[in-house]
Amino acid sequence: MPLTPNLTAHWDEPDSYTVAGYERHHGYEALRKALEMDPDDIIGVVKDSGLRGRGGAGFPTGLKWSFVPQGDGKPHYLVVNGDESEPGACKDLPLMLASSQHLIEGMIITSYAIRANHAFLYIRGEVPHVIRRMHEAVRDAYKAGYLGKNILGSGYDLEITVHAGAGAYICGEETALLSSLEGMRGQPRLKPPFPAVAGLYACPTVVNNVETISSVPAILRNGADWYSSFGTEKSKGIKVFSVAGHVNNPGIFEAPLGITMRELLGYAGGIRDGHDLKFFVPGGSSVPLLTEEHLDAELSYEGMEAVGTMLGTATPMVFDETVSVVRAITGWLDFYKHESCGKCTPCREGTWWIDQLLHSLQDGTGKMEDLKQLEDLCAQILGRSFCALGDAAATPYPAAMKFFAGEFEAGTHTSANAQFNPAASIVFPGVTTS
Amino acid sequence: MTVTASNAGEITPPADLVSCTIDGIDIQVPKGTLIIRAAEQIGIEIPRFCDHPLLTPAANCRMCLVEIVGQPKPQPSCAIIVGADMEIKTANTSTVADLAQRGVMEFLLINHPLDCPVCDKGGECPLQNQAMSHGNGESHFHGVKRTFPKPIAISSQILLDRERCVSCARCTRFSEEIAGDPLIELIDRGAQQQVAIAEDKPFDSYFSGNTVQICPVGALTSKDYRFRARPFDLVSTPTACEHCASGCALRTDERRSKVMRRLAWDDPEVNEDWNCDKGRFAFRYLDEDRLTHPLVRDENGDLVVASWPEAIAIAAEKLTAARGTTGVITGGRVTREDAYAYGKFARVALGSDDIDFRSRATSDEETKLLRAVVAGSELGVTYGQIEQSPMVLMVGLEPEEESPMIFLRLRKGVQAGTATTAAISSWSSPGFTKTGGVVLAAAPGAEAQVLAALGSADSSLSDAAKNVASALNEDGAIILVGERLASQPGGISAATALAAATGASLAWVPRRAGERGALDAGALAGLLPGGRPITEASARSEVAVTWGVSPEELPTEPGLTVEGIIEALTTVPGAEVDGVAEGTATEVVVDVEGAGDTDSVDVEPADSEQAHGDPIDEEFEPRITALVLAGVEIDDFPNPDLFRTALLEASVVISLETRLSGIEAYADVVFPVAVDTERAGSYTDWEGRVRTFGQVVAEATTIPDGRVLAMIADAMDHSIGSGEPLPMRRELDQLGSYVGPRPDGPSATAPVKATPSSGKAVLASWRHLLDNSILATGEDYLAGTARAPVARMSAATAAGIGASDGALVTVSNDIGEIVLPLVLTDMPDGVVWVPGNSPGSTVNASLGVVPGAVVDISQGGQV
Repeated sequence: MPLTPNLTAHWDEPDSYTVAGYERHHGYEALRKALEMDPDDIIGVVKDSGLRGRGGAGFPTGLKWSFVPQGDGKPHYLVVNGDESEPGACKDLPLMLASSQHLIEGMIITSYAIRANHAFLYIRGEVPHVIRRMHEAVRDAYKAGYLGKNILGSGYDLEITVHAGAGAYICGEETALLSSLEGMRGQPRLKPPFPAVAGLYACPTVVNNVETISSVPAILRNGADWYSSFGTEKSKGIKVFSVAGHVNNPGIFEAPLGITMRELLGYAGGIRDGHDLKFFVPGGSSVPLLTEEHLDAELSYEGMEAVGTMLGTATPMVFDETVSVVRAITGWLDFYKHESCGKCTPCREGTWWIDQLLHSLQDGTGKMEDLKQLEDLCAQILGRSFCALGDAAATPYPAAMKFFAGEFEAGTHTSANAQFNPAASIVFPGVTTS
Repeated sequence: MTVTASNAGEITPPADLVSCTIDGIDIQVPKGTLIIRAAEQIGIEIPRFCDHPLLTPAANCRMCLVEIVGQPKPQPSCAIIVGADMEIKTANTSTVADLAQRGVMEFLLINHPLDCPVCDKGGECPLQNQAMSHGNGESHFHGVKRTFPKPIAISSQILLDRERCVSCARCTRFSEEIAGDPLIELIDRGAQQQVAIAEDKPFDSYFSGNTVQICPVGALTSKDYRFRARPFDLVSTPTACEHCASGCALRTDERRSKVMRRLAWDDPEVNEDWNCDKGRFAFRYLDEDRLTHPLVRDENGDLVVASWPEAIAIAAEKLTAARGTTGVITGGRVTREDAYAYGKFARVALGSDDIDFRSRATSDEETKLLRAVVAGSELGVTYGQIEQSPMVLMVGLEPEEESPMIFLRLRKGVQAGTATTAAISSWSSPGFTKTGGVVLAAAPGAEAQVLAALGSADSSLSDAAKNVASALNEDGAIILVGERLASQPGGISAATALAAATGASLAWVPRRAGERGALDAGALAGLLPGGRPITEASARSEVAVTWGVSPEELPTEPGLTVEGIIEALTTVPGAEVDGVAEGTATEVVVDVEGAGDTDSVDVEPADSEQAHGDPIDEEFEPRITALVLAGVEIDDFPNPDLFRTALLEASVVISLETRLSGIEAYADVVFPVAVDTERAGSYTDWEGRVRTFGQVVAEATTIPDGRVLAMIADAMDHSIGSGEPLPMRRELDQLGSYVGPRPDGPSATAPVKATPSSGKAVLASWRHLLDNSILATGEDYLAGTARAPVARMSAATAAGIGASDGALVTVSNDIGEIVLPLVLTDMPDGVVWVPGNSPGSTVNASLGVVPGAVVDISQGGQV
């Protein structure tokens, strides 16, 4: 399957993020078109395009927009989730860096469609370069008359506020993000009410991922049929895949949904020389891992579900045979334990407990009964936590056990480092560790 | 509960009911009911920590997970509303729910210290109980627990043990949602998440004790109770709070005849599940400075211990001699039953209608309001009504300080959008701010003008005031008149007129617990029990029948109120207190320093010859010669020195007290009486709702006021019955309330006040909830959470005397001075506010005036 650069088409140009650079390639044409349309028709086009949320859950975007009650007399808000923090994921931050105007145009069109006059972009706090870039891009767009009062003479007004988070993973969860944006602690809120009814400042709010919103202008410009001609029956359109790990050419590849991991690995230059694939996660650390036997599975929402995992953020991490599964999983659980917001019991206490057991297995001091205990603990968290963070933390171990039980059993007598030299995992040709 | 359609006929449920099944049991509940509440209705208990019926659902503890058939994951029953035909399975019938609950319980315990044997909560701990009912016997956790230093003080009263905390967020939600004091918050994350305060902002909320009570573990404890008792050693009694007229239901826990703690008890109509910290923590006074034996003054003028028969005989003899000229003044601690006994004693045994329950600043207007409208009116404006009122206008009342449950209920209504508030006040206190209302600024004395303007739809009104005026015309509008308004001429009359003009309901809110009950029981001149005017023959005869006396024996004209009694005593011709009646400085020659001396009871008036001296004018027949006093604090009178003079002038002073109060220095006979825990009784709250309480200490040997009066009355050959609380209550209840013509209400006009010149200001004041109150004696932890006493003035007023924010200012008159740090406040110019009875700011004792008086203000001063 060939790559289909869309959002990433002009990343080789030095000014791809500027208004001028964007306008050279049909930038802001979609906006002119949109401003002449009825907002409901825009929602219709996005519905017809089959665009689904690119933040991980894959909820149909047009449908989400249509949940916003109209004529309710309350302000509406668009909040764009740029809190990309998933271990392994690296697509939203590059998009913001190099396709800044795509996002801004998408935000304007979306805001117009949902009748919002204020949109917020929430960016993860640890990436000042991206925050600076987006501030500049928004300033550019204001200067060019795409933002502010009476945009392009249409009578439509929109303000965009770029907000930097403080670096908590939980703030990627949409309700926690809203709390954080309001200046409260970043902890998830009860749903219902869903953000579409009572989101930011208790007003109807659409929360969408950076990539989702960035995709909107091309859909408007080229039509729903164009977009839905890409991808599979249930996963339409183009997706930005970021491939990380033990491949020769890690990076970002834009391709239709339904491409296989084998094809992506090909684009990424294959597993690093002299090594073999051991396992990969298709969509960040929060989805179950897969092995070589799944290389031909479609990278689509339904294709990944069919092999017992999830597309997630579609940001595969690839691990070769030098990697200790136990060490990899333990690292992820360190992360989840650290990032658990503390609100609900299963996630707060469960990650504390799981992490201790995994560390003992990593150190070779585990007990056989710990393996069963870990299964039980994951089952005790899965589906019982307040938000998806708990589920994510409960996901890696059972999936890893399915394929690599032996490595965990070895953790009862031999440390992971003794079994797998950690240095071997980080050495690339031409790079030495000394 | 279960509605089963029988074949005899279809039962159509009301439209607002939703049907579901819980554990196979069909149930219909009102729309919007949470699953956990629906389950409670059929006796199915779902374990929970974060859930509290009066707090918004949080669903963060995950203990209440249940299975909803058709849903892939177990759901938190505390946050899910029952849906039509929902099939719900709790741990009783669902493995999914049972495993989920056991799993959550196991998680909750891994980082819990399991220190139940030394934990105050042990024995009444939801975590302990639910670990037994919904947990596994053994934990699989053998790892390292998270630890914290324990405990840390988050206020001078509240201690936090973070290891025990299960992060249910009940305390933080209570503080933010209910009390409006978001001084505690969860900080940090993951297992390190903990309750915390800001570094320099302790948890000084008036309602902080509620968080200890609703904490489902032992994470929050009070210094007051920590390590003092185990729950299973306590004997509990339902009681009513004596600290104010809010009428909170309490539970008092006693061990070996000593009160160990008090808890808020559930009364949905009144205090819901809450109370204030004063009601919860202030009870040491029960044992402090207690009088234990009757005292009589001997021939040397010394108070000496006497036997009961001797003391009774002396009191009876003296009061018989003073029959017809004895005034009775009772204070706020007096119960409804005792107030009834005092009223009956005055009319039957003393042959006098000179009785008043108001040992404080009063006015003729207030007396008229009470006689015309309030007395015997039974349940009037209620908590439920203020929660649902389009406008609650408060005047002479700061609810958070003076009636905390009114504050909480107003806040609840305001938060829910069902109530709107406004206040006429000198400044917008925290309590007004937290109830979100408009404050119509008025200097003390100007209330009447503001009230009149609201009623007249004056075009000069501000928009905010216009909104208040128009809302007052809506159904359900309420005017709450605080007891303090009595001090402001024309205020009560104007409030009454405004209520009449707008159709708003008017409620009178006294500060002390006993006042409303005493009023209804007939402890006010001119009023027999049940609000019966003494001037009405039918009222007199109804009472006479119950009392077993002939109607002719009852006085027919209203006697003297407290002001009249004091005036009658202090305007005796020839007494060396000329000018006192005008309320100016007095030269009182009594050694008042000795009066409060707790170690000695043989306090002697400086000159008993003068105190009980013969009138110089032989022809003069004094209107009042004797006083019977109960529960009276000298410093509660607007001019304490004037009251001391009255005490000196009275030939006979009989005091019934629980403790040494200073009155004994002037008394001829002192009777020790029971405190609330030693007897049953009741108060009537501001709504007019009777709040009964049981005897907490079963072994008490003390005697209630009524019983003492009965013994004296018997010795005077005038029986008032046994005087015991329960028979007195039966009599009072039998009498019921009066139906018939009542005297006219107040219709005074407010005098026009001149603007004070520079260096002078109108005094504004009210009391803090936590202050020098006698009933909070010895409560150091509680006192540590009190608001710091400050003086308040507008920036212009302060500039006029060259004072700056934070600097000391002196508020003074020719009697004394108060020196406090200044806080610049948005308030009318020419007004200075100081707390009424706080450390360093005792308005009555230091200045001898009431709010509204003009005082001197200057910068600087010596504390």
